Amino acid sequence: MPVKTELKTTLKAAALLLAGSVALAGCSKKAPADLPPAPAPTTGTETGASTGAPVPGSQADFVATLMGRDTIYFDTDKYDIDAEDQAALGAQAQWLVKYPAKRATIEGHADERGTRDYNIALGERRANAAKNYLVSMGVDPGRLTTVSYGKERPIALGSDEASWARNRRAVTVTID
Amino acid sequence: MNLRFLPLVALVMAAPAFAQTPSASAPAPAPVATAQPDEGGLTGSVSDEKPWEDLGIAITAFATNVDVPTQASAGSTAALGRAVGQVITADLRNNGLFKPTGPDNLPAPTLPQVTAPDFPTFGSRGAEMLVQGYVRANPDGNLTVGCYLYDVQLRQQLVKGGWVVGPSEWRRAAHKCADLVYSRLSGESPFFDSKIAYIAETGPKDRRMKRLAIMDSDGANHRYITTGQSIALTPRYAPDYKSLVYLSYFNGSPRIYVYDLTTGKQRLITQSRNPTFAPRWSPDGRWILYSMASAGNTDIYRITSAGGGTPERLTNTPGINVGGSYSPDGSKIVFESDRSGSQQIYVMNADGTNQRRVSFFGGRAATPEWSPRGDQIAFTHIVGNLRIAVMNPTGGGLRYLTDSWQDEAPTWSPNGRIVQFFRTEKQSGKTGIWQVDLTGRNERRLPTPVDASDPAWGPVQP
Repeated sequence: MPVKTELKTTLKAAALLLAGSVALAGCSKKAPADLPPAPAPTTGTETGASTGAPVPGSQADFVATLMGRDTIYFDTDKYDIDAEDQAALGAQAQWLVKYPAKRATIEGHADERGTRDYNIALGERRANAAKNYLVSMGVDPGRLTTVSYGKERPIALGSDEASWARNRRAVTVTID
Repeated sequence: MNLRFLPLVALVMAAPAFAQTPSASAPAPAPVATAQPDEGGLTGSVSDEKPWEDLGIAITAFATNVDVPTQASAGSTAALGRAVGQVITADLRNNGLFKPTGPDNLPAPTLPQVTAPDFPTFGSRGAEMLVQGYVRANPDGNLTVGCYLYDVQLRQQLVKGGWVVGPSEWRRAAHKCADLVYSRLSGESPFFDSKIAYIAETGPKDRRMKRLAIMDSDGANHRYITTGQSIALTPRYAPDYKSLVYLSYFNGSPRIYVYDLTTGKQRLITQSRNPTFAPRWSPDGRWILYSMASAGNTDIYRITSAGGGTPERLTNTPGINVGGSYSPDGSKIVFESDRSGSQQIYVMNADGTNQRRVSFFGGRAATPEWSPRGDQIAFTHIVGNLRIAVMNPTGGGLRYLTDSWQDEAPTWSPNGRIVQFFRTEKQSGKTGIWQVDLTGRNERRLPTPVDASDPAWGPVQP
């Protein structure tokens, strides 16, 4: 995978910060002024830690373990996996290798500033890029499915670059 | 496709001649307008001819031989006569060509006056054209509607037409009359008697409910097709209006279904483990184009609409090849591809050969739709904002029709004079269907019960 050199959005850092991750080493991007609102229930980045420790091997456990790294972010019209994405996907793969019976769906998304059909294709392309990386890390491809929502399921509701950056994403959701 | 037309013709022929007015022959079946000489010289293009914008047309309530109850929603034949006039007036408004008035506040002609108009009365009201007609209930429950267009100053009949319709389809007769008037006065092909499929949207931006819906070209006869439990997107009417093809997330993954409007049943167009999307009909209804993603690549395929055939892959390049719209003669397909690095518009033969890029004007170009007249391609041009634009099929003559924050997914009126699209509001994500003339004028929003996107305009009904 080519290493991306152009600036990725600061929102990626935001997501990591929000999750309390220490994976910011080497990342010079500053956090955005406003932190993202609580995620919608459909897209699976809730912490799940409010009711005590989640059951090991559950989706709640996956989310709690990944601390925001269940989601990777993309530049406009891009789908390449950069170093930050590799770190996140590496952590996902670690968990998936630990629980070999678990299957997962990777949801690909695009921001609202594109046409509908193309965005479905683009979301699929992003989900597939994430899947390929997980497979390269030793996850059986038979355990992974992809689904693209195009621009139909934004997580950030604004019409600004910060929101769009958070919506250009691939989210891994394990299946309980 | 002709099944609907033939009985209509037969009934018109069988309908008793307009006995009350011996001077008039029985109205000809639609479409008419060709046999008459061009006296009056009322031809011309719709586009940009200022003098046309104020052509005053008086449309009266349609007369009836006897006011009797009907099964039509508008009521008795007399009430129906008024309603028909209202539908025609509404159709002819908003086109930038005519200034229609009536039927309210206009004297209602008697039946004999339908073929012998009181020209001075309408001339004194500033009308240059006059539309009159009649409604008659037939013994079998059907309705006969006659339609007459007169030049008030010349005191001359320009064209007439007549249709027999079932009581539930009375609005179609009014649209046929409006089409007759529009065609005769503008020289353009008709388009009012047509339908639109679209996506009805409700709910918050991150959990939008999207339902398949249909309506007539004027928004009447609105009907939801799906419940909204699954996301529905990008519908297209079959050319014969018997079915719809659309994308649904039924069962969790995007797949293309054909929905049969008669039986209410739907089927997958192809069994596939991969996502299928962006469905389109060929003009003759025999083929469905669709896009399928595989390992991150998307290519365009075609399959017979009857089902059971083997999909045929039309594109085979790395990248996203998506959408597609046939030329009116079915020989070519315009589509979108990012094989050059960003979304651009390409044309290929209908069998996938001879693929070549046609958009070279910067920015991204998406969702091309070939005009039913063949001479233009409408598309979404993306340079920051999304705008509706047109170009000729070789990529020249770029012209913007809209200038807003986000307008996308053009669809043509059946006569190629109007482009519909949907507009998304910044922040709220609320959507609405809009339309604009090919000249870029007369932009207006179509009234829909809820937010609306992905319009797809079907052909004129026979």
